[in-house]
Parts: sequence; structure tokens; C-alpha cells
Amino acid sequence: MTGRNGWARFVGFKVLRLVSLLVGVSVLSFILMQFSPVDPIEAYIGGDMIRVSAEQRSLIEERWGMNESPTERLLTWGQALIQGDLGTSMIYRQPVADIIQERFMNSVALMAVAWLLSGIFGFALGVVAAMRRNSKLDRLICWYCYTLASTPVFWIALLLLMVFGVWLGWLPVGLGVPAGMSADQVTWGDRAIHMILPALTLSLTGVASIALHTRQKLTDVLESDYILFARARGERGFQLFRRHGFRHVVLPAITLQFASFSELFGGAVLAEQVFSYPGLGQATVQAGLRGDVPLLLGLVMCSAIFVFTGNMVADILYRMIDPRMKEELMS
Amino acid sequence: MKQTVERSSEQTTETSPVQKVKTTTQEVRYEINTGLLKAETGTGPTRQTRRRYAGVSNQRFRNPRQRAVIWGSLAVIWIVIVWLTGRLLPAGSTLTSLLDRNLSPTWAHPFGTDWLGRDMFMRTLKGLATSIQVGLLAACGGGLIALLLGLGAATIKAADRVISWIIDLFLSVPHLVSLVMLAFVFGGGLAGVAAAIALTHWPNLARIVRAEMIQLKSAEYIHISHKLGQSRLRIAVQHMLPHLVPQLFVGVLLIFPHAILHEAAITFLGLGLSPQQPAIGIILSESMRYLSAGMWWLAFFPGLALLLVVRAFDVLGNSLKTLTGTGNSREVR
Repeated sequence: MTGRNGWARFVGFKVLRLVSLLVGVSVLSFILMQFSPVDPIEAYIGGDMIRVSAEQRSLIEERWGMNESPTERLLTWGQALIQGDLGTSMIYRQPVADIIQERFMNSVALMAVAWLLSGIFGFALGVVAAMRRNSKLDRLICWYCYTLASTPVFWIALLLLMVFGVWLGWLPVGLGVPAGMSADQVTWGDRAIHMILPALTLSLTGVASIALHTRQKLTDVLESDYILFARARGERGFQLFRRHGFRHVVLPAITLQFASFSELFGGAVLAEQVFSYPGLGQATVQAGLRGDVPLLLGLVMCSAIFVFTGNMVADILYRMIDPRMKEELMS
Repeated sequence: MKQTVERSSEQTTETSPVQKVKTTTQEVRYEINTGLLKAETGTGPTRQTRRRYAGVSNQRFRNPRQRAVIWGSLAVIWIVIVWLTGRLLPAGSTLTSLLDRNLSPTWAHPFGTDWLGRDMFMRTLKGLATSIQVGLLAACGGGLIALLLGLGAATIKAADRVISWIIDLFLSVPHLVSLVMLAFVFGGGLAGVAAAIALTHWPNLARIVRAEMIQLKSAEYIHISHKLGQSRLRIAVQHMLPHLVPQLFVGVLLIFPHAILHEAAITFLGLGLSPQQPAIGIILSESMRYLSAGMWWLAFFPGLALLLVVRAFDVLGNSLKTLTGTGNSREVR
């Protein structure tokens, strides 16, 4: 009984938190948008601005409610938001929710592949580095991680593009599907091939933090008394790690990987921009560049939910897997 | 006779370890140590110390503090050189000269030239100087926000909850997305980008400041000085600030690499610095149009240079962390 109560309280607390954060993010973003120097009507009409007379302009202003006070506008927007209406994107002329949904599917595929790859390889690298501490291999891995941590993601993307796209010509240079094909002609293979380079970019850079973290954790574990005792019994190498190290380091690694959704999303923005991959990141950049406020606000909320989900999954996993945390939750 | 024998034996102890060092592995290093010990028993103090230093240098500075000093000063030298040359370059060094368009790297143009004949080396240097400047502005701004909010959270009880919530709020949106939004709001430009980066990079440092202050407040010597009747201000300045300064300094330095990377990223996306300004982000986003023509040097060298500068700041920050002993506190990320 107490367990179920604990879970209910935990989930309730999380939902409350998500709601409060979303309200905060939306209100703050909305207020910020008021200070933007970009004129929404100019952004909406674009190049035809010269042909719009002053009367027409004032008509648009009235229709959009630009004469109302910011608070009123915020309330109107908030009401629509609660009903699930995110407004209409100015540059795509489609409901924002539809755009986000479509792009989200593209981005999620990309990010999931990168997330898995970087998680597995990062963990393996960290383990190898810790098991062979202070060896040449360890130094190489550390050097690689530290260097990658200070490497611009888009530069890596450009290098990969140059090597695999231009020099070797193995992989397409950009876009999510082959150019000049109708949607029903595109096969899954095409999509997968177009995803390789962006996913590779994200996984190459995503490895660093998890590898260094795992290395640190495992190093701490290897210095403990029970490892010393295990060594004294003659266990070594992979067996030692499997029996006595793995459990201690896999949970923090998974947690860290779930908590890194924020960086993953940021990396995806850059990688998608380089490879013109039609995902959420590219939409964010376009919205920012061309002053599409409804889309930008929708994307900010969407990314906030995305990051929050990652953190929450990490939290739940910790509670479910780690018996100590479970007990704490029960009591 | 005796003397020469001694000398020759000395010489062997002197030369043999040195030879071993060149083919060094860890086991051989151990040998050097025993060699050193033997030599120390036989010879005078000056030689001992000299030998010890030689041994240390051969061990690639095992002592982390020594390593931190050396790498930290190298990083400082490198950053200062890049920044000064970038600032002091004459204005004419990046002029267009249509005769030398699209040259691949040569000795005259180490990083090649672009489609307008501008020397990429000069452009890169200027861009790096801009990056460092933006990084400085943003890191100091972020540090200031972090200090104020961290102090506020630690001293006023009611503010603590609010500030913790604000910190969570800022961490709940990916950095790059909030940067895009802020850059859109500020309308780009050097000041706008610096402000946007400062506004997104303070939460981690604020957390550290807050944690440190709360820890300090419960320290015994703070309680004692309260009881001794010292004023709050005096306690804050005399007993708390000295603990906070190194944390803050290191924290600000560790904001630098992120700030520079994010500046380049946001500029690369087209929302940051304007195309007239020299910036690595601009260079790289322009180069994208020419990569398919095989002009690899347009992207390769500027990015590499940026990587080296960012890495230098990272090394500097971490060296100072080692030297000031703030390494045990939570990592700044």
C-alpha cells in the first residue's frame, strides 16, 4: 500500500512540476517575444510589404489583436494553447501542431539511433578506459573525449560531409529523402541512408560525457575493498567487471544518458542544419531566422517536454532499479 | 685510480637510466626511481636535487599540480597570442583580392583563400579574437547573474524556492533552443549574442554558488563569529567571500568553452553575429556552399583553430580547478 502511495505521490509531483515548468516556459517565452525587434506583420507578408497599404496593415493588426494589451494577448494565446491549438505557422502555412508532429517523427528516428549508439559505445569506451587505467589506451580514450567535448558539433558534421559525401561519394550530402522523388516512391532504405551521416555526427559527439562519467565511476568502484578481495581470489579482466563492476556503473550511465536529452536536442539542431535534414531542429532554426513566432513558441514547448521526459525517465529508472532508492520511496 | 673507478660507476648510473627513459614504459620508470635512490646515497645535495627534477620531468609530471601549472600557463600563452594577433591585425589583412581566389593552402596563405580571395588564416584569427571577446562578455555576465542569484538563494529563504525553480526552468529547455529564441529576441549582433549566451549559461554556476554558501553558513567559524558579534557584512566579506572567489573564478572560466562553442553555433545557424563581422560561425556557414566543389580548407582549418582555442580554455579552467582545490565541488557543465 505504502508503495503505491509513494508512486502516486511521485507521479503527481512530477506532473505538477511539468505543468508549472510549461506554464513558466510559455509565459516567459511569450513575454520575451514582445521585445523582439522583428515586426510580425513584416515577417508574415515578407517581400510584398511595399504593396500593403496602411489601411490593410491596420486591418491585419486588428484581426491579429495587436492593439490589445500584452496581458490580454497572453490570455488569448494561453486559452488556445490549453485547447491544443498552437496556432498557424507563418512560413509553412500549416497548423503548428501538424508541423511539429511530422518533424518530430523524423527527428526522433535520428535522435534515437544516435542516442543508442552513443550510449553503447560511450559506455564501452568508459569501461575499457577504467579497466586499463593509465595505459596508452586509457589516455587515448580520455584525450578523444576531452577533445570531442570542445569540438563544435557542426564542424564534425562538415568534416563527415566532406569525407563521406564529397570525397568518397558514398553517402548523400543532405536532405531526409532523395531529391526529386514523390513521397510514395521513397523507401525505408532511402530514409536510412540519409540518416547515417547526421546520426553518426550526433553519436560521435555524444560519446564523450558518458564515457568520462563511466570511467570515473568504474575507477571508484575498482578502488573498493571488495574488488581488491575479488582480485585476491584471482578474478580479473572481463569476468571481474561482469561480476562486480557492471551493476555499479550501468545505472548511472543509463541515467546520465536519459538526462542528456537536452544536449542531444541541441546537437540535432546543428546536425540537421548542416545536412538539411527535415527535423525539429531545422524547423527551430527556420522559425528563428524568419520570425515565425507561433512555430518557435510551439517548438520551445515541445523541446521542454522532450527534455522533461528524459529527466523523468531517468528518475523513474533510478527508483525502479536501485533497491536503495526503492526502499526510500516506500518508507 | 680509485677516483676514476668511482667516476665511471657514477657515469653508468647516470647514463643507463637516461637510456632506459627513452624506451620508457611504466616498469622502466620504476627502475629509474631505484636508480635515483642509489645515486642519492652516494652524491652531494645539489646533484640530488638536479637529478630529482630530471626524474620528475622524465615522468611527464606525475604531480597533478605541476602538470596543472605547466598546461595552464601554456593555455594562457596560446590564448593571449591568438587574441592579440587577432586584435592587432591591420584592417587590410582580410581585403578581397580577386586575383588569388580559391587557392588551396600554401606557405603564403597557410589556410588557403576563399572565393573572394580573402586570406583564410587572417579571417580565422580575427574570428577567434571575436569569439574570445564574446566568450569573455558572456562568461562574465553569466558569472554575475550566477553570483547574484546564488547569493540571493542562499541568504533569503523565500527567494530560494523561486530561484531554484527559475534554474530548473532555464535547464528545462535545450540550450540551443533557448539561444535561438533569445538571439531572435535580441536581434543578433555581438552584444545580443553575448547577452543571450550569458542568460543561458548561469544556472549550473548559480547552483554551485548556492550550495557553497549554504555549506559555509553552517560552518562553525561562521557561527562563532556571529556569536562574537561581528556584523553580517563583515562575515560575508571576511569569511565567506574568500571561499567563494576561487569557485566563482573557476566557474566563470569553465563557462568560456561553452560560451565560445555556442557563439559559433548560433552564428553558424545565422542568428548570431552579422555576416560583416569576422566570426568562425560565419566562415563555416559560408564554406558550406563551397564544400561540394572540394574546397575543404575553408571549413577544416577554421574549425580546427576554434577547437584548439576552446580546448585551451577548458585546460586552463581545469588547471585552475586543480590548483585552487575546487575540484571536489560539482562539475560545471
